[in-house]
Amino acid sequence: MSDLRELYLEMVTDHAKNPRHRGKADPYDCIGTGNNPVCGDKVVVTVQLHNRTIESVKFDGEGCAISTASADLMAEVLIGKSVEEAKKIFKGFHELVTGEGTSDNLPNKLAVFSGVREFPMRVKCATLAWHTVIAALDGVEDVTTE
Amino acid sequence: MSNTQIIADSFPALHQTIGDKRLVYLDSAATTQKPQCVIDAITSYYEHDNANIHRGVHTLSMRATKAYENARQSVASLLQASRKEEIIFVRGATEAINLVAQAFARPILSVGDEILITEMEHHSNIVPWQLVCEQTGASLKVAKVNDDGSLNIDSFKELLTKDTTIVAFAHVSNAIGTINPIREMCALAREVGAISVVDGAQAVGHIPVSMSDVDCDFYATSGHKMFGPTGIGCLYGKHALLEEMEPWQGGGDMILSVSFEETTWNNVPFKFEAGTPNIAGAIGLGAAVKWIESFGYDAMVQHEQELLAYGRDVLQSIEGVTLIGASEHNAGVIAFTVAGVHPHDVGTILDHEGVAIRTGNHCAEPLMRRFNLSATCRASISVYNTSKDLDHLGSAVQEAIRMLG
Ligand SMILES: Cc1ncc(COP(=O)(O)O)c(C=O)c1O
Repeated sequence: MSDLRELYLEMVTDHAKNPRHRGKADPYDCIGTGNNPVCGDKVVVTVQLHNRTIESVKFDGEGCAISTASADLMAEVLIGKSVEEAKKIFKGFHELVTGEGTSDNLPNKLAVFSGVREFPMRVKCATLAWHTVIAALDGVEDVTTE
Repeated sequence: MSNTQIIADSFPALHQTIGDKRLVYLDSAATTQKPQCVIDAITSYYEHDNANIHRGVHTLSMRATKAYENARQSVASLLQASRKEEIIFVRGATEAINLVAQAFARPILSVGDEILITEMEHHSNIVPWQLVCEQTGASLKVAKVNDDGSLNIDSFKELLTKDTTIVAFAHVSNAIGTINPIREMCALAREVGAISVVDGAQAVGHIPVSMSDVDCDFYATSGHKMFGPTGIGCLYGKHALLEEMEPWQGGGDMILSVSFEETTWNNVPFKFEAGTPNIAGAIGLGAAVKWIESFGYDAMVQHEQELLAYGRDVLQSIEGVTLIGASEHNAGVIAFTVAGVHPHDVGTILDHEGVAIRTGNHCAEPLMRRFNLSATCRASISVYNTSKDLDHLGSAVQEAIRMLG
């Protein structure tokens, strides 16, 4: 059976307990709300952009260790990235946690979520903030392309 | 609890390991495991008697019809209905409630009418009423729940007025296990001329349920929560009400004669059973009823109440664990939270210890909100559980605290 310690690596539990990017980006350019009906979790992600570069990402809401750590590390790796890069990283991250890809081309820190692939029930937790941020960025894109 | 091992032995799915840990199944409120006799009844039906019912002249069809109707009789006896025609086979409690909402409530409701439910309802006893309110202009009222998880009966009485047309409530709450005083509630409903609809999904198979005693108008059950298969359940309805009602769905078996000018409905209960029903499911449910009867409700209640008290003690002795809605009149459902550990993480770590519980909002979002929670952990007990299972639960929760607390 899959090893729990692979899921709850120290870096994951540390970010879950002491998230660095909790709160609201001020001012923010886009906002998204994500719900995980399975566990009742809700996350609100706010993003501050400069041109198409992400200056700051913050998240707020309640979640399990996996979703909180994932939101926090997501915020960490997205700062300084362009919207296009963010989408690419999300694609890679999604493949990582569903077991369709490796962490080779991903920001190093995201490799701690490799263990999620052994816990299909937790994929939604790991990707909730990501889905939310991408939806938020898409909202802004719609505005800018008008 | 001496014969509990013998009981557990008749549930084959309980005998397995999760990883290298013995399975401890504490999720019976979601669905119970099935005794061998239920599995055998279904297998035997398909191996020997499989045929469509109510229309064939051949032997297999007659056997299948007899077995299906015997199952109806078994359910009627278990629920102490006055006649077997009061039992309608449906998919489960959800379908039973929707049937009442659409076939009974919708035609009689209009603007100004009220439907009274409670804060502790499962979504399946909320949403069908919201739908019918939208369709008819009736409005939904919600009786409060006390801090200990019991129903606030004063709030219930206050909201019960001459405008109340329908009162719908759970016999037993799936999220926290509260047993409601349904006889009293049905009597109060009757006083204002309202029709009572009881959601019994969590009651049958745990506590005695008697239609003649409760005197409700409708009662909904799910077979899979009372040791039967999925996809089958029952709606009990008072015969006179069922007679008055128009059918819900149209199709084969629910009609006496069909022409393009006029169609005559079949008698109750067939009027409500359009199409080929879940024959194997009904037969499996009949076997489950026999199993419940052979066990006996006295022994069942005693065993589950002992385990409930034991389980509450085990969890309460762990620092950081808080019981949610632990009322005095409770079925074997223990809702709890663990300080610093999200229920979803608790669930994953417990699964690793072989302990199956449910986490989340338990299809009772309004109740979670009432307790200012987004999710809880829920351990639910059935006859096949033992005090050892609850010891495992306790040590697994401690493991979760060690890892993440
Ligand atoms: C109290 C209660 N009502 C209704 C239901 C719905 O039952 P089903 O999904 O079998 O239709 C459930 C199932 O969880 C329940 O616990």
